[in-house]
Amino acid sequence: MTAPQGYLLKVEGLTVSFDGFKAVNDLSFYVEPNECRVIIGPNGAGKTTVLDLICGRTKATDGSVKFREKELLTMREDQIVHAGVGRKFQTPSVYEDLTVFENLEISYPKGYSVFGALAFRRDAVVQERIQEIAEMIFLEDMLSEKAAFLSHGQKQWLEIGMLLIQDPELLMLDEPVAGMSVAERVKTAELLNRIIADRSVIVIEHDMGFVEDIATRVNVLHQGKMLSEGSMAHVKADPKVIEVYLGH
Amino acid sequence: MTISKTSLFTRQELIGFIVLAVVIFVLLPLALDNFRLNLFGKYLTYAFVAIGLVLCWGAGGILSLGQGVFFGLGGYCMAMFLKLEASTPENTSIQSTPGIPDFMDWNQLTELPSWWVPFYSLTFSLVAVVIVPVIFAFIIGVAMFRRRVGGVYFAIITQAFAAILTILIIGQQGYTGGVNGITDLRTLKGWDIRTDEAKEVLYYVNGVLLFVVLVIAQFVRKSKLGRILIAMRDQEDRVRFSGYDVAGFKIFIFCLGAAFAGIGGAMFTLQVGFMSPTLVGIVPSIEMVIFCAVGGRLSILGAVYGALLVNWAKTTFSESFPELWLFGLGGLFIAVVMLFPNGLAGVWSEKIMPRIAGLMEGRKPTAKPLVAPSPKEKEAA
Repeated sequence: MTAPQGYLLKVEGLTVSFDGFKAVNDLSFYVEPNECRVIIGPNGAGKTTVLDLICGRTKATDGSVKFREKELLTMREDQIVHAGVGRKFQTPSVYEDLTVFENLEISYPKGYSVFGALAFRRDAVVQERIQEIAEMIFLEDMLSEKAAFLSHGQKQWLEIGMLLIQDPELLMLDEPVAGMSVAERVKTAELLNRIIADRSVIVIEHDMGFVEDIATRVNVLHQGKMLSEGSMAHVKADPKVIEVYLGH
Repeated sequence: MTISKTSLFTRQELIGFIVLAVVIFVLLPLALDNFRLNLFGKYLTYAFVAIGLVLCWGAGGILSLGQGVFFGLGGYCMAMFLKLEASTPENTSIQSTPGIPDFMDWNQLTELPSWWVPFYSLTFSLVAVVIVPVIFAFIIGVAMFRRRVGGVYFAIITQAFAAILTILIIGQQGYTGGVNGITDLRTLKGWDIRTDEAKEVLYYVNGVLLFVVLVIAQFVRKSKLGRILIAMRDQEDRVRFSGYDVAGFKIFIFCLGAAFAGIGGAMFTLQVGFMSPTLVGIVPSIEMVIFCAVGGRLSILGAVYGALLVNWAKTTFSESFPELWLFGLGGLFIAVVMLFPNGLAGVWSEKIMPRIAGLMEGRKPTAKPLVAPSPKEKEAA
C-alpha cells in the first residue's frame, strides 16, 4: 500500500527502555496522508508511550520518527507542534480556570513567543475562527463558561477543539471516547469522522465498534512490539491477536 | 459576556486602582505624620516585590522564596551610588585612604574595587537597579526552568540563593559593608535625602513608581501572556503541547518579578537610608511571600494592601511584644492559607463585593469565585 506521494510519518526501530524494561521495542510503522490509524492492544502494551515518543514527551532510546522527512526525536515539544503534530491526552487536559473561549484562544496558532503573546490581539479573524471551532465541538453556547464547569465529555471535546484550531497535519488522540455517555459517544464519532477527513490521525481506542467505524488500518501492540498490522478484518482474523487480546 | 472586550481595566478594576491611588496619595499623607508616612513608604517598597509574586506565584504557579535577593540587589545598586557620593575625599579626610567608602577603609582596602567604579554614574546605577536583578533572575531561570525544575524544588533552590547571597555579602565585608550593610547615605546628586521634605518627595516618587509597576502588571495579566501563565499553572503539559516554550514564559515572568523587586529595593534604600544583608536573606524573602499571600496572591492590588497591612501590624506589634511577633506572623500565614487561600482580595471579591452588589441591586448575593488555585499548587504552598 505504498502511496506515491510517500508517507507522512515514518516510525522506524523505535525503542524506549526504562531501566532496562523495554516499553516500546523496535517498533516500525508508516502513516499515509489522510489515513486514520488506530492502535489497539491490552493494558501496558505501550500504546500511550508510542504517542509520547512521537510528540516528544518521552525521549526515545533508539530509532527514528520522521514527520515529512523531518526527524522529530531531536526536536523540542513545542517545535514538534509547530511542525504540525497535535496530541490529545487521555485525561482531558483543559485549563479549568479559563473560559472555553480563552482555552481555544491560547491554542490559536499565533503569538507563540513571549513578546508575541504580549502583543497578541483578539481581532475579528481570531474570534471568527474560535466561533467556528466552538460550533464544531458543540460548545458554541458555552464560550464564556469556565472550563471547570464543563462535563467530562465536553472537556474532551474542548481539548479536541483546541487541537483543531491549530489545524495539525497529524492528530494523535488517546482514547477520545473513554468515559463518555452513549449520546456523547455518538456525537464524538460524528465529530471525529469530520476531523479525519482532511488530515492523518492516530487514535488509541478500546471500543471495538468505534474502531471499526473509523479505522483505515489497525496496529495491534503487545508488550511493546507490533503483533499485527492491517485492516480491521485482517487483524480480527489474526490468530495471534485473538490469543492475546480479542479472545478474552 | 465580555468575549470581544480585552480592555486594560474593567470598571471594577479601575475603581480599585483609583481607590488605591486615593489611599496612597491623599489619605495616608493626610492621616500620618512625617515619621509614620516614611514608614508606610518603606512598607510600600515591599509591595513592589509582592506584585511580582502575584505574577510569578499567583498567576504562573512559580513560588520563589528568594525574592529578597532581587530586592537586595536593586537596593545595593542604589546604595553603592549613594555611598560613593557620600564618600568624597573631604567627607572622608580622616580615613587612611580618603575618597573611598568608610567600611572599605576599615577593612584595609586602599583603593576602590573596579566593579564599584561604574556606580559613580547615576544613570548606570539606575539602570543597574533593574538590570542586575534581571540578569540574576535570568541565569537562575535558565538553569532551573530549562531543566524543568519546578514546584517545591524551585522554591527551595531560590531559598538557597537567598542564603548564599547573604553569606557572600557578610563574608566580603571590605567590598559590601558586611553585616552592617551600606550605611550613612546622605545625598542624591547633592540633594539631601535625610530631610523631612526629601522623605515626603521620595514617598510620592515611590507611589508613582508603584503605579507604573501596577499598570505594567495589569497589562501583562490582561494580555494573552497572562492567560498562558494561568494555563501553565494548571496544565503545564497542555501548554507545552499547544506549541509554547513553557520555560521561556517562566523565565520571562521570573525576570519581570525580579525587575519589580529591584525597583522596590532601590526605593527602600532611598527612603530608609541604608541597605543591609538582613533584607536579602531567607526570613525577609519568606515575609515577602506572606505579604503577597495575605493580600491575595491572585490580586495585584491585594498584594499592595497585604504589604501595607502586614508591615503595619509588624511595626505595631513588635513595638509592644517584640518576642511574639514572629509567632504572630507564622500564625497569620497558616491562618490565611487554611481559611482564606485567596487572601484579603479573595475575602473582598467572594464575600463582601457580592453583598454590596446585592444591596445595591436589591438581589440575592451571587458569589463570583476568583480563579481557584490548583491542587498541585496548594502542595507547593
